[in-house]
Amino acid sequence: MYDVPTHAEASVSNTGIKVTARNVQVFYGDTHAIRDVSVDIEDKTVTAFIGPSGCGKSTFLRCINRMNDTIDICRVEGEITLDGENIYDPRIDPVQLRAKVGMVFQKPNPFPKSIYDNVAYGPRIHGLASNKAELDEIVERSLRRGAMWDEVKDRLTEPGTGLSGGQQQRLCIARAVATEPEVLLMDEPCSALDPIATAQIEELIDELRQNYSVVIVTHSMQQAARVSQKTAFFHLGYLVEYGETGQVFTNPKDPRTESYITGRIG
Amino acid sequence: MDEQHIQSVYDRDLESIQALIMKMGGLVESQIVNAAIALETRDEELALRVRDGDTAIDALEEQVNEETARVIALRAPTASDLRTVLTVLKISNNLERCGDYAKNMAKRTTVLIQMQPIEGASKALRRMAREVELMMKDALDAYIQRDEVLALQVRQRDADVDQMYNALFREFLTFMMEDPRNITACMHLHFIAKNIERMGDHVTSIAEQVIYLVTGDYPEEGRPKDDRTSVAMHKDKV
Repeated sequence: MYDVPTHAEASVSNTGIKVTARNVQVFYGDTHAIRDVSVDIEDKTVTAFIGPSGCGKSTFLRCINRMNDTIDICRVEGEITLDGENIYDPRIDPVQLRAKVGMVFQKPNPFPKSIYDNVAYGPRIHGLASNKAELDEIVERSLRRGAMWDEVKDRLTEPGTGLSGGQQQRLCIARAVATEPEVLLMDEPCSALDPIATAQIEELIDELRQNYSVVIVTHSMQQAARVSQKTAFFHLGYLVEYGETGQVFTNPKDPRTESYITGRIG
Repeated sequence: MDEQHIQSVYDRDLESIQALIMKMGGLVESQIVNAAIALETRDEELALRVRDGDTAIDALEEQVNEETARVIALRAPTASDLRTVLTVLKISNNLERCGDYAKNMAKRTTVLIQMQPIEGASKALRRMAREVELMMKDALDAYIQRDEVLALQVRQRDADVDQMYNALFREFLTFMMEDPRNITACMHLHFIAKNIERMGDHVTSIAEQVIYLVTGDYPEEGRPKDDRTSVAMHKDKV
């Protein structure tokens, strides 16, 4: 008898909860953007956040590495923990936190530096390499994880901004993984890419899952279905439904989720 | 889901596939009824019409296959839309099989007409066919109305069909033991009874599709089965 995993996600065993949110509220001035969201995000799992524009999914994503701190009128209540540690504790240094919780944005944003320096930047400021050889090694490993080493190994000194859109985005992913993060947040990483580059990034996301907890915000329902094992549906600031991706896409429990994913007016 | 898709053409696609299923269901129902009437009234012309009528059902099944493939490719259906497409495919397959059984009944009828009638058999078979046809009508109504309760009832009723089959099986066995000259006719009649019993199973499957379509889960407990002829056969041998 063969032991056949029934779903793709069955092939990776869950190693527990990485990020926990409890009763999180976010306000932008008077606007109540996130309403009482509680969720457990698993380690070594891709979690997709879906929902219509303005539903709060990006706002919530940005709470996980305190990117919202940079917005003056933004106020976050409730508790978010990373490995059981409250990330909003005053003793936590947001810069250190962001080394552990990396982020990739919608538009590829390489630094106006060489390909090499784009990746070496984080390890340098965090002092992760003690000499040039170690730094070279980190750069190569990161570019390999970004699935682009073979494409760029002969032109590491060329500017990162000269790469194609898909390559730039993979460079940004390589840059994000260079600091050995534990969680990788991706805010619509493929919306500016063509289908081939998108497929490459999605393949990469699946590989990254071996080592990281990946959280991806996407407007493409099909992308969420393709890359994630868990899906969270946000609507009007509420977390409406959170479950195994196969279940959410075949048999959602909440009628609002059903309306949204089937393309009905909800 | 009463809500409309934002893209109205998607709604029209799904509706037109379901309309094909209803059309197919209507044809299969009348094939079952006509096959049973042809048998009872020994109407060769009607039997031939039933035999030829199967082509239209097969063509509809092909059309359903093509259109569902198109919807899957173009619209990547999810949730209840996905379940609609999946159930449409399965139900059209169930209906096509029922159509084949009706055709087979008609073929055997043309042979039976040439023989001495077996007393009471064709009336009983017509009752059985009538029951299956009513179940099919209810199963398709349950489908179009997304009526899970009605579907569950249909599923329960398959046990009645199985019981009718068991009774006929014994009856045919008795006739054959009484007089070997009955064997050929009774063999044909038995195949017809078995065909109708199998139709009942396909109708049960349609009812189960309705339950999956509405709830997202297939019914849990094994469906009611009352076909004991394999056991009876065994006992008779011993």
